[in-house]
Parts: sequence; C-alpha cells; structure tokens
Amino acid sequence: MQERAKPDPPGYFEGESMTRRRAFTVGAQALGGLAGAGIILPAVGFAVAPIFHRGKERWEAVGPVSDFVEDTYRQVVFTETEGIGDAGKTTAYVRKSSEELGEESGKFVAVSNRCAHLGCPVRFVEAAGNFICPCHGGVYDFQGKRIGGPPVRPLDQFQTRVRKGQVELGPRYSVTNQLEPVRARDPGEFTGGIWEYLYPPRPSTFPAP
Amino acid sequence: MPSFPKPKIPDSIVPPPLRKPGKPGAAGTRKGQAPSDLKAAPPERQSAGDKLLERGKDAPIDALGWVDQRMAASGFLTGMLYRKVPKGTNWFYTLGSATLFAFVVQAVTGVFLAMYYTPSATQAYASIAHINNDVPLGQFVHGMHKWGASVMVILIFLHMGRTFFFGAYKYPRELNWVIGVVLLILTMTMAFTGYLLPFDQRSFWASIVGININGTGPVIGPYLSDFLRAGPELGATTLARFYAIHMLLVPGAIIALIGAHMYLVVKLGTTAPPWIKAERPKGASPLAQLDAGANGNGNGRVNGNRVDGAPASGEGTNGAAS
Repeated sequence: MQERAKPDPPGYFEGESMTRRRAFTVGAQALGGLAGAGIILPAVGFAVAPIFHRGKERWEAVGPVSDFVEDTYRQVVFTETEGIGDAGKTTAYVRKSSEELGEESGKFVAVSNRCAHLGCPVRFVEAAGNFICPCHGGVYDFQGKRIGGPPVRPLDQFQTRVRKGQVELGPRYSVTNQLEPVRARDPGEFTGGIWEYLYPPRPSTFPAP
Repeated sequence: MPSFPKPKIPDSIVPPPLRKPGKPGAAGTRKGQAPSDLKAAPPERQSAGDKLLERGKDAPIDALGWVDQRMAASGFLTGMLYRKVPKGTNWFYTLGSATLFAFVVQAVTGVFLAMYYTPSATQAYASIAHINNDVPLGQFVHGMHKWGASVMVILIFLHMGRTFFFGAYKYPRELNWVIGVVLLILTMTMAFTGYLLPFDQRSFWASIVGININGTGPVIGPYLSDFLRAGPELGATTLARFYAIHMLLVPGAIIALIGAHMYLVVKLGTTAPPWIKAERPKGASPLAQLDAGANGNGNGRVNGNRVDGAPASGEGTNGAAS
C-alpha cells in the first residue's frame, strides 16, 4: 500500500499556496472591506466636499461713485453669504484710492472689517485714522496695515469695480504686509513668503485680483 | 404594633460570601431539606392571604431570576458592583462618576431640547427663544443643558487632576489615561459645537473665533476650518454641520469610549491614594511581591484590599514559592 504524502505545511494539498479555509477567510474579509469602503468613502467625501467647492462669484452695488472720497472711509454693509439672513452680511470700509499713498488712481479700496487676528469686527476710528479691534486690541493704520496688537497681517480687502456709476464689491482677498493681493486667508494666518506654503490657499476661495 | 415584612435583598444579586443562610422553614429555603425538628413541631399553616402576600413578595425576584437564567448577567453584575476597592478610597474617587452623571444629564436634556430646536440659520434663534419663553419648563431644561455643559467640563478636568496627582495613570492603566484624554477632547468638541446652536450674537462670534483658531494650525488648519464651516464663510450649512456633530457624531463616540473606560476601571481596579503604604508580609522580598502582583493582574481583581504591586499575603507567598 502506497503511503500518502503528508501535506506540508499541514492542511495544504500538494501544489496549493493557500488552504481552502484560508482562501475563504481572506475572500470574506476582502468582500467585507469592500462593502465597508463602499459606505464609508462616499460618506466621508460628502462631509469634506465643501472644502473643494467654490461658490458663485457675487458682486453687490454699495453706492454711487460720488459717495466715496480719498481721505476717509464710508461704512457699507453688504451680503457676503447668501441664505442665512443678517448673519451672512459683512461690513466693509470703502474709499477712493489715493495717489498720495502710492495707489493707482481712479480705483476704489474696500477694507474688510474682519480682524486679521481671530475675526472680530474692527471699527474705523475717524479721530485716530486707525482701525481698532474691540476683542484683543489689534490696531491697523489708514490703509489697513497692522501697527499694533496681535494681528498677523493687514486687514483683508474686497475686489471693487464700477458699473453704471455704482461702486460694486466682489470677492474677498487677503494682502501681504506690502499690501500685495493674495488669495483670501482666514484670520490668524500669515501671508507672504514661506507662509504662503504653511497656510496654503484653499480651493474654496477666489483667485487674487 | 403591626410588624411589617423586612425588605429582602434577592439572593441572585448578593455575592455568595455575603449571603445569609436561610432559616429553616422560612420562605426561600431549598426544598427537600426539611429541618429535623419539622415533624416534632410542624410550622403553622399559612392562611390564603399570607400565601398570596408571600408569592407577591417573591414576584420581583422570580422575574429577575427568569431574566438572569437567560442572560447569565448576575455573575458579571455582582463582580462589578461588589468589587473590592483599595484602602484609602475617598471622595476624590467619585469625580469620574460625577462626570458620567453630568454626561447623562446632558444626554437626557439634549434629547428633550432636540424636540423643539430647529437647526436652521434663520429659525434657530427663534426656536431657542420659543423654548425659553413659551415651552413649559423649557427655560429650566435649556438651563440645565447650558450650565451642565460647564459643569461637565469642570468635572472632567478635576477627574483628570485626581488621576494625575494620585499617579493613577501608571502601569497598567496607561490605556485608560489615553482613552480619558480622547474623552476630554470629545467633551471640548461638544462644548464648542454646542455653543453655536443658539445662533445669537455671542455664539456666532465665539464660533468664528473658535474656527479661526482652528485655522491657525499650519498646512491642514485652513482646510480644517473649511471643513468645519462647510465653505469659506460661516453659512447656513455650518449650523447644520455643528448640530450633526454635536448630537450624533460625538455623543456616539463618547458613549462607546465611556464603555471602554469603565470596562478598564472594573477590569484593572482602582489605585490606592499615594499616601497609603503597601502592606507586605514580613520577610518576603519586594521583587517576589511585584512578580506575584503581575501574575494576579489577569484575574480581574488586581487590588482587593491592598495597594498595587503589593498583593495580599496569601497570593504573595504563593508567588514567591512558584
């Protein structure tokens, strides 16, 4: 009687790389993983989708050209986010551009009231000619450059244009310490130089003008 | 004076060592074990009413027994509820239970608040005003939830402080410390996401500041704040998102982790306060004690009436001999 060869390793038939039991285990786990991924991945994508979504560009008229002068700001309120009523409104300080300050003439400057420290609303104080934040004492000069307190960069600005004699405000953008426009950053994030990489621009914001 | 029947603790929930032996002839003694003097002095025959009362008294115990026969949970429950605690256990050891109680209060009041709250940017404020002004006891339930949140944060920090200063995070309880830290972070997440929900001026600006602090983290910070806001600005979906995180995502995680946290507390036992000295049998080597202590960890009663690493004398000598 011929002796049957003992399987080596035990449980394997000759020429097999995997036992039947092991194949079924691996197969069942793979199917389970596939089913799990089929549920988890769309759900996670659903939750993080807004990071990659950019809304429609929005322009709003805030007043006739004659309303704005070079040497002081005029406070305007307009809607930045639609669908949430008053909570979606934001305040901007608008003036004509000034050649004295080295700005291109015939344009309009719209400075956001969102503090570059943590996003509190700053106020333009006429007597001082400065923007002052009530929360943590941030101070900005007439152009919105930081001159004191915890803010990390100048105040944000809004794109401006003139249509039918009306000044219109558009998407928000941030500026570097030299007032060069960059893509909008959240408050608390530095701009310019290496910071452009440490706080990368978000796909949900509009390109800088 | 009429005598009332004493309330009887059912045998099924009393651990065997604490169980009193049944008196002969009394209800609850095992059948077929008639006392020897039963024939000489038979017990008085019970009236029908007494019998009914007797059966009525047994009904809850019978019901418990019925459940336990099918769940076999009494062993686990007695092990958990009657587990031994070390000498010196004091009021500081209740901070964990207090935090758990605060969480339960938050969960219960939160469920009832959800019955009236509308997570919509245009209606949230009005629905909170409705809860506070119109709903009977609404202000009370909302107040419990609001102040209870602060209470829970304070208690969880005190509990953490107790664990730290008593050295209760050391081996073998490091994993429980890690779980506790995750629970602390989740509690802070609850406090943060809950703050926006009333959608008044204070919550709006506090949430903007909070989200912007998130954004100051390098590289992923900006994307994290976009994720929290569901967009570049705080908008209509931000509130819905915070609401979902606040009442669905995080509470589930907290409940699961509290389960793991408490399992480890019961499994490993608690530590004695640091000022309690270890009791060692005379003449035994401290190293042998530690060895025996490590062996004893597996049995679920790490520290009976003793300090960690210094087992009771019986086990200690056994450990030294082996």
